[in-house]
Amino acid sequence: MVARTLSVALLGMTGALVEVEAHIANAIPGFQLIGLPDAALSDAKDRVKAAAANDGSPLPAKKIVVNLSPAGLPKQGTAYDLAIAVAVLAAEGVVKASAIDSVVHLGELSLDGRVRPMSGLLPAMVAARAAGHTRFVVPAGNAREAALVPGVEVNTVTSLREALILHGARVPAIEVPPLVQRPAPTIETPEGDLADVVGNPDAVEALVVAAAGGHHLLLLGPPGAGKTMLAHRLPAILPDLDDEQALVATSVSSLAGRPVEGLITRPPLESPHHTSSAAALVGGGSKVIRPGAAARASGGVLFLDEAPEFPAAVLDALRQPLESGSITIHRAAAVARFPARFQLVLAANPCPCGQFGASDIACTCTPIARRRYLARLSGPLLDRVDLQLRVARVTTAAVRLAADDRQGSLSTAEARSRVERAREIAAARLGGTGWKTNAEVPGSRLRAGAWRLPPATTAPLDRALERGTLTMRGYDRVLRVAWTLADLAGGGTPTPEHLGWALYLRRSVAT
Amino acid sequence: MNPKDELGRRGEDRAVLHLQAADFRVVGRNWRCPVGEIDIVAYDGDCLVVVEVKTRSTEAYGHPFEAISPAKLRRLHLLAREWIARSGEPSPPSWRVDVVGVIWPSDGEAVVEHLREVA
Repeated sequence: MVARTLSVALLGMTGALVEVEAHIANAIPGFQLIGLPDAALSDAKDRVKAAAANDGSPLPAKKIVVNLSPAGLPKQGTAYDLAIAVAVLAAEGVVKASAIDSVVHLGELSLDGRVRPMSGLLPAMVAARAAGHTRFVVPAGNAREAALVPGVEVNTVTSLREALILHGARVPAIEVPPLVQRPAPTIETPEGDLADVVGNPDAVEALVVAAAGGHHLLLLGPPGAGKTMLAHRLPAILPDLDDEQALVATSVSSLAGRPVEGLITRPPLESPHHTSSAAALVGGGSKVIRPGAAARASGGVLFLDEAPEFPAAVLDALRQPLESGSITIHRAAAVARFPARFQLVLAANPCPCGQFGASDIACTCTPIARRRYLARLSGPLLDRVDLQLRVARVTTAAVRLAADDRQGSLSTAEARSRVERAREIAAARLGGTGWKTNAEVPGSRLRAGAWRLPPATTAPLDRALERGTLTMRGYDRVLRVAWTLADLAGGGTPTPEHLGWALYLRRSVAT
Repeated sequence: MNPKDELGRRGEDRAVLHLQAADFRVVGRNWRCPVGEIDIVAYDGDCLVVVEVKTRSTEAYGHPFEAISPAKLRRLHLLAREWIARSGEPSPPSWRVDVVGVIWPSDGEAVVEHLREVA
C-alpha cells in the first residue's frame, strides 16, 4: 500500500514542493528513509516512531519505506516529521490516502506526539501556494504566522493525533497543551527620539534626506560625535513597510528562527559587529543556508558601525546585494537566494586615532595611516553611498543652546511625516517606472529626457565635472540627492540651491 | 525446562501446525550443526524452506519480527546451505528463508504471522 502527501523543502527564501511517499511491505520490520535526507532529517524515523507509538496509532511492525521526491534535491531539517508520520499511517490504512494526497504538511514532531513549531513556515507556505497548493496542516505554535498567508485553507494541529482525526482517523481525541515557540531573547536598544540629538542640525537634516530618498549614508566623524546615535534613529523616521516588503521582512525573520507574532510592518535595523564574517553578513552555512544580517535588514537599515574596522572582503561582499537587491549564496549542496534591499548606513572615524578634523584635539596619525584607514572602504562600495557626511563633535555652546531651545530640534514624529510626504511626492513622479525611491533611479534617466534639469541649474555641477573634482557617478548621485531635497521642499524640480546642498552632502568627506 | 523455553517450544509446535495447514511438508525440527540450529525445515512444493520461529507472550518488548537482526538472517541463509550439504537429501531446485512470529498471551489465543522469503 502506498500513500503520499506533500511538504516543502526550503532553499533560502525559495521553496520546492516535496512529495512524501510511504510504502509498507510485509517483511522484517524496519524503517527506511530515502531521498537525500540530512542527519537531522534521518532522525525523523525515530521521532515519527516514538510520536506514533505515544499518540494516536503505533506504526505497524512491517517494513516501511519513505521516499522524499524529487529524490535528487537535498533536504534538511525537521519539518518533514508530520508529513512522514501522516503518509506512513495512511499507507497502513489509519487514514484514507485520498484525504492527504493534496495537503501540505509542515511541522516537527516531539516524542510524545505533539507538533513543534518550526522556523521558515511563512516562506514555505508562500512557496507551496505559488505551486498551486492551498490546503495546509501546520503546527498550532505557528498559527499566527500561518494566518499571514492569504487565500489558503489552514488547519493548525497540536498533536499527531489531532492531524489524524482531521483526516478522518477513528481515534479518540485527547486535548494536549500546544508547544509554542519561545520568544527570542531580544536585546532592546532604546530607540530614542530624534530630538535627543543636539547641536548637529546638518546631520539630522542629512538623516531626513537619507530616509526620504532611500539613499545610503556614510557618517564620518570623531568618537563622540553622535554617529551611532544618529544611525539608530534612522529606522524610526522611515515610513511603514508596504505589503510586499512586510511579507519579505517577516519571511526572512521566520527563516532566521525568530518567532513570528504578526506581520513586521516597521523597518528593521541590523547592526552587526565589525568582527562579523562575510557569511554572518550576507548569509551562509554548508547545509542549512541561513540569512545573514544583510538579508535580515531587508526593507530596513543595515548599520555598519566602525566600518573601516570590517575586513575588506566582508565589506565587499555587500556589493552584490547593493547592486541587485538580492543575495545569491552558492554552496556544494544548493544555491540559495535571499532578498537584501536595505539602506546602508556606514559610520567611520576619519583616522585610527579618530581626531582628524576635530577642532579641539590634534590628530596623532601620520598622513599615510590616515589615508590607509579610509582606503579600507573600497571605491566601488563608497560609489553606491549617495550621502557622505561629516559629523562634528558637539560643542558646549551647542549643548547650552539646545537646552534653552528644546522646541527648535526636530522630533522623530515630525521627521517621519516630512519623510512620508516626500516619499509620496517621489512615488507620484516615479509612478509606473517600478522604482520606489530616488536612490533607485539610474543616472541616465536623470540626465536626459523629462527629468533633465536646465543648464542654468546644473552649471556648478557641470563645472565640477569639467574640473575633475566630480566623477560622472558622483554627478548622478548629486542629481539623485537634489531630487530628494526638492521632494522634501514640497515638490517641483530641483533648484540651484538644492544642487548646491546636494553637492555639499556628498563632498564633505575629504579623501 | 524454564518458562521461556517452554513458550518457545509451544510456539514452534504451533508454527508447525500453521505450516502444515498451508500445505508445507515438514521434514525436520531443531536441526543442529556447528553453524547453529534450524527451528523447522520444510518443503513448500519443490522449494526448501528454512523456517525461524519467534514466540512472544506480549508485544511489550517489541514485535517478534523485530528480533530478527541482519546477523540472524545471514546465519539462517548459511544454515540453509549447510542443511542442503549435510542432510543427504537431493539438492532442491530452490530454497528460501521464512519467519513465523507467534504472539501467545498466557491467557489467550496465539496469533501466528508468517513472512515468506525474507532476505
